[in-house]
Amino acid sequence: MAEMTAVVGIGQTNYQAKRLDVSQAGLLRDAAEKALADAGCTWADIDAVIIGKAPDLFEGVMMPELFLNDAIGGAYKPMLRVHTAGSVGGSTGIVAASMVQSGIHDRVLCVAYEKQSESNATWALSIAMPFSLATVAGAGGYFAPLVRGYIRRSGAPEDTGIRVAVKDRQNALRNPLAHLHLEDISFEMVANSPMLWDPIRYLETCPSSDGACAMVMEKESLASQRSGKVAWVHATEMRSEPTMFSGRDQVMPQATLDNAAALYKKAGITKPREELDCAEIYVPFSWFEPMWMEGMLITEPGEGWKMTYEGATALDGDFPVNMSGGVLSSNPIGASGLIRFAEAARQVRGLAEDHQVDGAKKALGHAYGGGSQYFSTWIVGSEKPA
Amino acid sequence: MRDVAVVGFTQSPSVRREPNRNEVEILIPVIDALREQTGLVSQDFDFVCSGSSDYLAGQSFAFVSGLDAVGAWPPVCESHVEMDGAWALYEAWVKIQMGYADTALVYGFGKPSMGDLPLTMALQLDPYSVMPLWPDAISIAGLQARLCLEGGIITEREMAGAAVRDRGHAKGNPNAQIAGDYTVDGILAEPFLVNPLRKSDCAPISDGASAIVLAAGDRARSLSERPAWIRGIEHICEPQDLGVRDLGRSRSTEIAGEKAGVSAGQVDIAELSAPFTHQEILVEKALGLTEATQVNPSGGALAGNPMMAVGLSRIGECAARIWQGDADRAVAHATSGPCLQQNLVCVLEGE
Repeated sequence: MAEMTAVVGIGQTNYQAKRLDVSQAGLLRDAAEKALADAGCTWADIDAVIIGKAPDLFEGVMMPELFLNDAIGGAYKPMLRVHTAGSVGGSTGIVAASMVQSGIHDRVLCVAYEKQSESNATWALSIAMPFSLATVAGAGGYFAPLVRGYIRRSGAPEDTGIRVAVKDRQNALRNPLAHLHLEDISFEMVANSPMLWDPIRYLETCPSSDGACAMVMEKESLASQRSGKVAWVHATEMRSEPTMFSGRDQVMPQATLDNAAALYKKAGITKPREELDCAEIYVPFSWFEPMWMEGMLITEPGEGWKMTYEGATALDGDFPVNMSGGVLSSNPIGASGLIRFAEAARQVRGLAEDHQVDGAKKALGHAYGGGSQYFSTWIVGSEKPA
Repeated sequence: MRDVAVVGFTQSPSVRREPNRNEVEILIPVIDALREQTGLVSQDFDFVCSGSSDYLAGQSFAFVSGLDAVGAWPPVCESHVEMDGAWALYEAWVKIQMGYADTALVYGFGKPSMGDLPLTMALQLDPYSVMPLWPDAISIAGLQARLCLEGGIITEREMAGAAVRDRGHAKGNPNAQIAGDYTVDGILAEPFLVNPLRKSDCAPISDGASAIVLAAGDRARSLSERPAWIRGIEHICEPQDLGVRDLGRSRSTEIAGEKAGVSAGQVDIAELSAPFTHQEILVEKALGLTEATQVNPSGGALAGNPMMAVGLSRIGECAARIWQGDADRAVAHATSGPCLQQNLVCVLEGE
């Protein structure tokens, strides 16, 4: 029943710690203008605008989409603001796609961003609420025990995370937009970086970035007429579960397993490792690469670390992961999910420049958030879905 | 387009302060009541969508714990907008249109009593040039009201009349926060709160939550004897800057109302969520409502104003009157942002 939908334009800012040269509005407009240029569209061609970002306290503006809408051509158009924790960038892409898939709009613009330099994320995440236990752990402190749990279950070698970090940071050297370009990255450099939240070392964590990512999506009858390459949306899926309850498996949440199964079913995929050519996965801490290889049913339980170890997830491996350098190399939180979705689309359009996977035809974009409880994913392809 | 109807609606009472319950504790009985009303359980909802604001809770990711009220196990297909629940309903309606879902649970909740709401709302304004001046929400609305009065668009008596009407209607609404027999002269005798606004021109500050069930086609018919079908739902956002738009009319409401087909038939009732009397009149004008329409039979936002739920509740109030046969065609309105910046219009009909 859903209309076929394609990504026809992608725009990204460069990612860096502080974009002091632009306001929030300027940051979004930069990404949006690039997406429009890529799509060969003008502001007038856009029917609706979808804006995504993580918590408002990250910039200190309540519902900032209200003041930003005008800067990205949203005046007197429908505008929605998505917020689903760390997965929000992915959810923003999914909501935008659904506006076209439902037949309601012909062409929409979505923009996800974070300008973390305008506030303080650690403050924003550390507000003590009455009668609530404050974990005061930050994201790394929250996820470290989950990584420990994964290592214990899988028997993964302790240096798996280091290998992920080296690989993603090497990939980032091929991506001029990436926040971190560590020219002399090596196993020893990561291994010798300070231990922040055992077993997560400093160089196994993501940076704090400013940046925005934008996409233009279009209905089939318009996208089919284009001479340039587009990325067809084959399937989108999302799942959520509560943060805490007795018996919840936080290491391998049911929501990720359900999400993956539903996504592949919709996309007509039975053997994801063989049928997908590459994946951009939300890996804010290195160990989440092997964890989500299992969580996305790409390999068997307990086997995810082997993919890293065997080099399968390297750019020249049989299942490249995080070709752009991933969240480990750029992390404007609210945009990070949409950047993953955008990288998957760039790959199947064959426009990923120096981090292109040769001949990529189907790619997975993935985001997660909260306490490993929100998942949004999509599969895009160079050909229309069957 | 698929036929989609509102088949369930519950809400908490609007109260000035919920000192003993957090947002989720306010929400839990609302969703429990909705399950009872519809006979549905969490697994019956193909899609769940909510609206709330972190800045009201004073906490990042405040909406995450809303999943505890849903009982999101097994895991649910779920999304969230940092907007009034009316826009969450729009997203759910879109998901049903694309065939992703046949039923959806939508909820909105807010607890503005955690802070100083008029000042908190200043944080919605341009953070570089306007917000540092800390213009509170009532003062911003006061500028608009002054413009409307000076421009001969609205009179003070009309403003007071809106409050009298709404709070009179609210006497029949057990969930209302402000209800009673007010008079125009009595209100005009009130001192100014922020000139030209008097206290009675302002919606109350309310803690509260509401929830709705949407269903498509035959599913809706099986859940309701008289579903309230959504015949049109549109929303439009204006630029925020007060200097670049006409504050003497609500252009975005006009556009949304036209696209939603408000004028295609008689409007029996309208539920408006404008938080100030002059804004309610601007919305009435923008929708082209006439004497034939009963405005705010529940009392509207001026009788109870739970931020992030108040717009969703307007849709629910319309639907409930259609279920009961009190109305055949109704228009619900939701707003967001300073001076009616963003507006949603939903047209509902019985069969």
